[in-house]
Amino acid sequence: MNRYSKLAALSVVVLAVVIPACSSEKATDATDGNKTPVIAFVQTGADNDWRNAHTESVKQAAADHGYDLRFAEGQSKQENQLKALSSFVNQGVDVIVLAPIVETGWDNALEKAKQRGIPVVILDRQIKTDDESLYVTYIGADTYTEGQKAAQWLAGKTEGTAKVVELQGNPGASPTINRFNGFRDVIEDHPGIEIIASQSGEFRRSKGKEVMEALLKKHGKEIEVVYAHNDDMAIGAISAIEDAGLKPAEDIIIVSVDAVRAAFDAMVAGKLNCTVECNPLQGPLAMEAVAKILAGEADSLDKKTLIEDTVFEMEQAKDFIDSRKY
Amino acid sequence: MTIDPPNPIRRITTSPLFWPLLGLVLLLIFNAIFTPSFFNLEIRDGHLYGSMVDVLNRGSIGIIIAIGMTLVIATGGVDLSVGSIMAISGAVAALMLTESNVSLWGVIPCALLAATIAGLLNGLLVAVVGIQPVVATLILMVCGRGIARFLTGEKVIALVDDHFSAAFDYLGNGHFLGMPFPVTIFVLLVLATLVVVRKTVLGLFIESVGSNEVASRAVGIQARTIKIGVYAFCGFCAGIAGLIDASNINAADTVNAGVFTELDAIFAVVVGGTALTGGRFTLVGSVVGALLLQTLLTTLYTFGFASDTAPVPKAIVIVGVCLLQSDAFRQKFRRRSAA
Repeated sequence: MNRYSKLAALSVVVLAVVIPACSSEKATDATDGNKTPVIAFVQTGADNDWRNAHTESVKQAAADHGYDLRFAEGQSKQENQLKALSSFVNQGVDVIVLAPIVETGWDNALEKAKQRGIPVVILDRQIKTDDESLYVTYIGADTYTEGQKAAQWLAGKTEGTAKVVELQGNPGASPTINRFNGFRDVIEDHPGIEIIASQSGEFRRSKGKEVMEALLKKHGKEIEVVYAHNDDMAIGAISAIEDAGLKPAEDIIIVSVDAVRAAFDAMVAGKLNCTVECNPLQGPLAMEAVAKILAGEADSLDKKTLIEDTVFEMEQAKDFIDSRKY
Repeated sequence: MTIDPPNPIRRITTSPLFWPLLGLVLLLIFNAIFTPSFFNLEIRDGHLYGSMVDVLNRGSIGIIIAIGMTLVIATGGVDLSVGSIMAISGAVAALMLTESNVSLWGVIPCALLAATIAGLLNGLLVAVVGIQPVVATLILMVCGRGIARFLTGEKVIALVDDHFSAAFDYLGNGHFLGMPFPVTIFVLLVLATLVVVRKTVLGLFIESVGSNEVASRAVGIQARTIKIGVYAFCGFCAGIAGLIDASNINAADTVNAGVFTELDAIFAVVVGGTALTGGRFTLVGSVVGALLLQTLLTTLYTFGFASDTAPVPKAIVIVGVCLLQSDAFRQKFRRRSAA
């Protein structure tokens, strides 16, 4: 056993040397911070292509502005984001950019940032709080309008009558809530459009497929439309529809949100009818806001900036597919 | 207390298989009443189609992992890293299919080898270094997913267009004899495992190591080798599950692949009648336990349960089955009904 305890001691020593070495490197960066502003970016995770494009956009924009960007991601868990947030507050960065996973539960962490005088920019997804002074500005995709646009397109396509199956995103996430509400607020005016089932596919391909399989068994040919809160779930649903011996986009109309590259592939293949763009290239806007905050012009920023999104239909897909980077 | 003549009802209810089977039957009866379409079976495109087929198809990953987990738990251990091993095996397969020209017959053994090596490392940590199984496998649970994400460069590797492999697609989406191919895989794996552990002395050795390791060593059983072997086998099973999972969506999604499968597998094994303390185990029980869990999930989807309240019925069924299994609870209940 002695051999192992020696090994263990050795690894402890190695760790003890390596870890401070890493952190001291960062510490020197921070002292230079007088010149280079240090921006912290707390991302939700790296779970899909859209998210990676979003991360890349922020990193690129920060580099263009010459900022030192500290990056952390929550691996799809709020607790990880909270930890990263408080660690950045303790490091005393200049500005924090937060892309929250869920809407609620941020007050304490943001309160701490406020006490330390660190301004916070909320990016992509919205947060819910009673105290709006906790963040400087919100920049994001207008997920509510995306839901509305999907519903408007559908109302036009089906002339106002359809039986819809909805694949929701993660329960509690703001895109889920907004795409849920936006869609419903529009179809309220179209009594012929009816949502016959609504289940969470957790924004995941495999879950979208699994849920769609189950719904096809229950409702069968009754289903006329699938409305998916993101492209990944729509792609999962397409494969479930094919397994059921039906033709996606013909027997069942499919509309989704995000407009990632894979969705364009599906549209070109004639399997997806429409996708509402949710533009992930939010980095430049976010860094412009950061620049204004650093210049002391935070008051000139709107509390809310929404990015205008486009609707892409199957027929247009061929013309746009080559320009899609993500 | 006098010795009772063998009572057939008593014998059935004391079988470890009885309670999970009862739970499964109750769940199916619930479906028969509320969603009769659950039992519809028809033939579409030359293969069977229906909710019951879905249960077997989607449940196959849970069953395959539960088989490996049963043997690990029988030795008194536990493997928390199966979800991460699934991610690794999927990542290795997707990477080789996209980045190399190796044929599928080379890809599958490599992915399974990576998974088995991961399991082997668990076994070494537990049996040779003597780390507690929960801690030893926790290490790989945490860093395994990191390894998988490193392999894929933090991206979802999609097997589409040029990289689409019909043979790999068949693993998760193909059909054999009218049933989804994953069903064939798990049936073969269950049968093979049953033959190996029940027709040879190996099963007895595993149970003996789980009941009393010191005594087993004293009678000449190589407890260490047995332990390393079951962890490696568990990794191998997780590797198969990872391949099915990746093939199912034709992509290696290292963030989402196999998340929480270790908990579902442990649940399936325990509900199936194998005690976490090790010793006697029942493979068929674990299969029933895994099926119970998947039936429940599919029921929730077809029944149209709102997604934010879905964990509630799941918890109720789990508590129910565990209470039914508990001797203490049953005895209390019997006494009260007798009074």
